[in-house]
Amino acid sequence: MSGNGSGALVGAHYLDGDHAAAEGAISAGCNFVAGYPITPSTEVVERLAGRFPNTGGKFIQMEDEIASSIAIQGAVWGGAKAMTVSSGPGISLMMEHIGLAAMTEVPCVIINVQRGGPSTGLPTLPAQADMMQARWGSHGDYEIIALSPNSPQECFNLVIHAFNLSEQYRVPVLFMMDESVGHMTERVVIPPQDEVEVVPRRFTKLPPGEYRPFETDEDLVPEMTKAGEGHRIHITGLTHDEQGYPVMNAKCQDKLVKRLVDKIRKNAGEISLYHEDGVNDADVVVMTYGITSRVAMRAIREARKAGIKVGHLRLVVVWPFPEKYVRRLARRIEAFVVPEINLGQVVLEVERCTAGKCETVPVQHAGGTVHDPRAIYDAIVEAAR
Amino acid sequence: MSSTLSKETSDSATETHGDTEAVQNPVERFLRTKRMPHIWCPGCGIGTTVNCFARAIQQCGVDLDKLSIVSGIGCTGRVAGYLDLDSFHTTHGRPIPFATGLKLANPELKVVVYSGDGDLIAIGGNHFIHAARRNADITVICVNNFNYAMTGGQAGPTTPLDAVGTTAPYGVCERPFNLPFLAESCGAVYVARWTTYHVRQITKAMVEAIDKKGFSFVEIIAPCPTLYERRNRLGTGLDRMKWFKENSVIRNGVDTRYCDIGFQQEIVCGKFVDIDRPSLLEMTEAKMVDLLSKRRWEEIAKRQQKPLGGVHTKE
Repeated sequence: MSGNGSGALVGAHYLDGDHAAAEGAISAGCNFVAGYPITPSTEVVERLAGRFPNTGGKFIQMEDEIASSIAIQGAVWGGAKAMTVSSGPGISLMMEHIGLAAMTEVPCVIINVQRGGPSTGLPTLPAQADMMQARWGSHGDYEIIALSPNSPQECFNLVIHAFNLSEQYRVPVLFMMDESVGHMTERVVIPPQDEVEVVPRRFTKLPPGEYRPFETDEDLVPEMTKAGEGHRIHITGLTHDEQGYPVMNAKCQDKLVKRLVDKIRKNAGEISLYHEDGVNDADVVVMTYGITSRVAMRAIREARKAGIKVGHLRLVVVWPFPEKYVRRLARRIEAFVVPEINLGQVVLEVERCTAGKCETVPVQHAGGTVHDPRAIYDAIVEAAR
Repeated sequence: MSSTLSKETSDSATETHGDTEAVQNPVERFLRTKRMPHIWCPGCGIGTTVNCFARAIQQCGVDLDKLSIVSGIGCTGRVAGYLDLDSFHTTHGRPIPFATGLKLANPELKVVVYSGDGDLIAIGGNHFIHAARRNADITVICVNNFNYAMTGGQAGPTTPLDAVGTTAPYGVCERPFNLPFLAESCGAVYVARWTTYHVRQITKAMVEAIDKKGFSFVEIIAPCPTLYERRNRLGTGLDRMKWFKENSVIRNGVDTRYCDIGFQQEIVCGKFVDIDRPSLLEMTEAKMVDLLSKRRWEEIAKRQQKPLGGVHTKE
């Protein structure tokens, strides 16, 4: 089953989204995972606990999600490529360390297999209601990257992409699955390991004494190192200078936090990833992400049969939001229809970016199941009227 | 301080180079002197423990490039910032799980957690007991000053019964933790307690703890004259040192159940636990060798030493 001795799978497999995400992590070179059981994400860590001995990875089940989300950061500074996995309540506990990872620029991946909330909510049923939490759930100003897959195949592919983005921008990447995608079983094709594009960590080549862990050039992303290289680094969650030392003043805060935000915002065009279907001549565009994109396809098909010019814009990278593109579209189309399994989260961004240039029609659902395609169809018809 | 100088552990720093050069403090080369002055108050015990730590790492001859120090939040949490080592100042209560991940990812490193009682035992208490249980290969140094000093002297889970803190203005009415007993009962393989009066013993305990395989724990009772001592009318830092001298009893090997600290009661000091038990890394390796064969395990471990990532095709 192993293609090249690396332990990564190859070929076609019948996998659910959780298992596919685990295989994606292995193919991306992930070699450290800390986690804590929680439905509906547990299968990811179960798979890795079983698979890691053969791939040279280490899995540790920590005492809680707080510990898991910081153990991975210790591991990254130890040189590992690391990930943790959870769902709603566990992700809420991890928020502290998503902030730490953003502040100390630790490349890592955090998988959230979303379930219904708030609080314990609906452990075994889907929702997409953690999208705003993913963006800004920890305190303070920061930007992260969030991806949303809609199939087991994408769980595999995009986990690799999530690791690549985390390395490229030294940022925690939130991988926003949901219960439906996590527990959906489909064919997943895994390419040979040498065809998998993996962005390596950008380790500094500077000698000890010259390397400053938070010094950057125009791309705003500092080079990495790890413990044990003689650099005698200092890493702190406090506001810090290029050397990593704490500096408690407004000037240093302005410089650091603006850079943390700008390295994502200014590269949003580069990071953005979306799929379009029939958007070019559309009057109405349905904007979706994750499982809702698959439900929306039915509604779009029916609407097209009814003669409505409707396009489909599916966000793969949800954060950063494709702001410029949405602004441009808004000047040309009649309306956006935004179905999501929450009571209005990403739609707020659509409304902000369209700024009244076109209509925005939310299709809200409190969670527990996916939309009825008829609700989306009705919204398309209403928007086209 | 140049890193080349601080890397040399063998030559004596007190050596004078002719008559013209000043004598260097022997611990200076372990410190980030550019970061001085430090934030600690006059009479505080934390600096004393840092001095002991510098002497300990000199004595045990550990490669300073391979030694990482991890702190949480609080006055003791600032230790990481002043030592010229790879240092990590993490979130409140979480240095232990950070250190666990760091050590697992790179077993070559020596990893020392250096933090305060509030950080390690209150908010971080769950991590403390689990790291001891799994015998994680880390050393934990806990400076216990009986209160939350960074935030102004609140009571915590180590504040002695009846002692006063800003959040316990009429005296604490909860029983505090007995840290050596907590550590031992959870599985720590090395447990010692000293006060900042016992500088030689602290240094020795730190050396032994760093050399120990598995979860080693050193508690250091330290004065906080600005807050704990002042509010409880216990005098200055110097008064407190005299008190430690007169009221500490050394009972090596004593049953840790009898190490409770009462308000102005005697402080039991000594080395209480020094046993051998397979560590987390040893247990993990044994399991993997059993599963995969020694040859395959070593082959996989070797492959993991290579730089991260597969094929770099981007750009």
